Amino acid sequence: MTTLEVKPSNDLSVDLTGKQSRRRKELFVHIVLAAAGAVSLIISILIIWSLLKEAWTFIFNVEWANVWSIGWFPRRGFYDVKTLIVATFITTGIAMAIATPLGLGAAIYLSEYASKRFRAIVKPILEILAGVPSVVIGFFALSWVAPQIVSRIGGSDGGSLMAAGIGVGILTIPLVASISEDSMRADPDSLREASSGLGARKRHTIFSVIIPASISGLVASFIVATSRAIGETMVVFLAGGAADTAIFTSSAYDGSLTMTAAMASLSSGTDSVVGEGLTFQSLFFVGLILFALTLVLNMIATRFVNKVRERY
Amino acid sequence: MAIFGRLLDRRTKDHIQKSVTQALGTKRSGRSGILDTLLRYIIIALLFISLIILAVLIIDIAIDGFDVLSSRLGSFLSGTLRSRSVDEGIGIQQGLVGSFWIAVFVAVFAFPIGIAAAIYLEEYAPKNRLTKFIELNIRNLAGVPSVVYGLLGLFIFVKGFDVFLLRNFKSLVGGSSLAAAGLTLSILVLPIVIITAQEALKTIPSIIKEGAYGVGATKWQVIRGQVLPYAAPGILTGTLLSMSRAIGEAAPLILLGAVTGRLGLKAGLFDFYQLQERFTAMPIIITNWTQKQGRDIGFGENAAAAIVVLLFFVLLINATAILLRNYFEKKRA
Repeated sequence: MTTLEVKPSNDLSVDLTGKQSRRRKELFVHIVLAAAGAVSLIISILIIWSLLKEAWTFIFNVEWANVWSIGWFPRRGFYDVKTLIVATFITTGIAMAIATPLGLGAAIYLSEYASKRFRAIVKPILEILAGVPSVVIGFFALSWVAPQIVSRIGGSDGGSLMAAGIGVGILTIPLVASISEDSMRADPDSLREASSGLGARKRHTIFSVIIPASISGLVASFIVATSRAIGETMVVFLAGGAADTAIFTSSAYDGSLTMTAAMASLSSGTDSVVGEGLTFQSLFFVGLILFALTLVLNMIATRFVNKVRERY
Repeated sequence: MAIFGRLLDRRTKDHIQKSVTQALGTKRSGRSGILDTLLRYIIIALLFISLIILAVLIIDIAIDGFDVLSSRLGSFLSGTLRSRSVDEGIGIQQGLVGSFWIAVFVAVFAFPIGIAAAIYLEEYAPKNRLTKFIELNIRNLAGVPSVVYGLLGLFIFVKGFDVFLLRNFKSLVGGSSLAAAGLTLSILVLPIVIITAQEALKTIPSIIKEGAYGVGATKWQVIRGQVLPYAAPGILTGTLLSMSRAIGEAAPLILLGAVTGRLGLKAGLFDFYQLQERFTAMPIIITNWTQKQGRDIGFGENAAAAIVVLLFFVLLINATAILLRNYFEKKRA
């Protein structure tokens, strides 16, 4: 960023600040661009404000016995948040159990083993998987994963938290793969060369040198993917196996509503969100919990990513 | 080598060579080598499982949707939402028009504002705490779940709550309308546009800028004449990816009250009046038909056919973006 600043001075016969119209145009452009830069701040304020305002109404008017009860029946006044949170943790857990090994495996192969040519073919394919919309994965989870996989491992062939979790896992594989691969490729080659030079085998190089060196990036990829899995809506909405209401369950083979699925099913079907009393506000209360949870995870992930940047 | 030749006598050299070959010889045989090969196969297997999943996904959907697409592609593309899957007129025209307008909104609002914000942050903003905070804020916004953006749209556009100067937004966009959907998704992809544009702007070599300043260009002239043309491919890649993200996004639209049952309106592609009317979009149609397939199995085929159409557009945009990026990366390397 090199700027040339020339102050008008009495010694010079020419005024180097240029024509006034030229300076005015520069100022105008500066202001317009700065305004665009401020838009993101306004959006953040609006998000937090809308969530807090409605959630506040909910918190102060709801009967708290109904927030910790038997299940999520918002139109009848039972807002059991525990049901939603447990379901969210179940699907996220299953998703990460699938996405972490597969994504990490893809990342290790692409970064440590693959030839240039193989990488040039496979990387775009993984990026295509990353671009598949979540509704599509939701359809796939319900119409293929549930009957072909879940029903064979003891579940039903309809929607269930297991089917939804597998779907979310598929969705997050490319995310884990791309962040992990980036951080492993950021390790300088001198590390690999030094390790080989000492006579270490490939597996020792990978597990004792490369993975420890890029551990911050790997942790970051795990956290970002977890946050994405918690916030994923369409897969769990379509394949989660519950519509509108859910009784508390801690079994992955049952259908239930995650936080996001509860929000989606509360607002779909009818013209707008209607219901007894605080139904509309409950939407924002759940939204606030979701927002806070993912925000904390993302901030932690940013910390880890910055650590990688500092080192190399 | 010449140095070694002079420094080491022959006996020492032989001795070293012997011990090295011995060490390598004992290590290369046995368990250790097998473990290495095993690890390699495990890792290849993990990678191939991901690729197989993608293949199964595409094949499964293509098979499910094949009947509809091969027998009545024309009427499927021009048909409308129906309550029964056997209805002859069932199709996705309304969804295509809705998704088209969402893409237009993203191009009109998110692209210019996002690119302008990126230029400000990269070229103008002072390196201080506020700038750092704005950048952190944008990164956090990119990680906010899409349903939460749906809540924001619901709050501002549909319910029309008083938000200082924005209290007229509801009457302007017409509540739960196509315009509300377009604006909400523009807000959703804005952080992605900003981040990718920033990355593209960072790649410009400072010599180019310095050269332009040297011949007397003003800051804006440098940006318009040198920085933007140089960063254009990178910016374009980012905007294309965010556009495909917006087209495939369903969750915020559900929150906004997209029509899932019957939509009376059947507007043409360029009928502006529909912007203030109730709307639907491709991902919403897919969601709805997927849910209905339990009761009416025919909806499953139609959902798969709609997915094929949506994937065609989304993957076309993504592939263009990826190829474009690879082409310019190679050209500049």
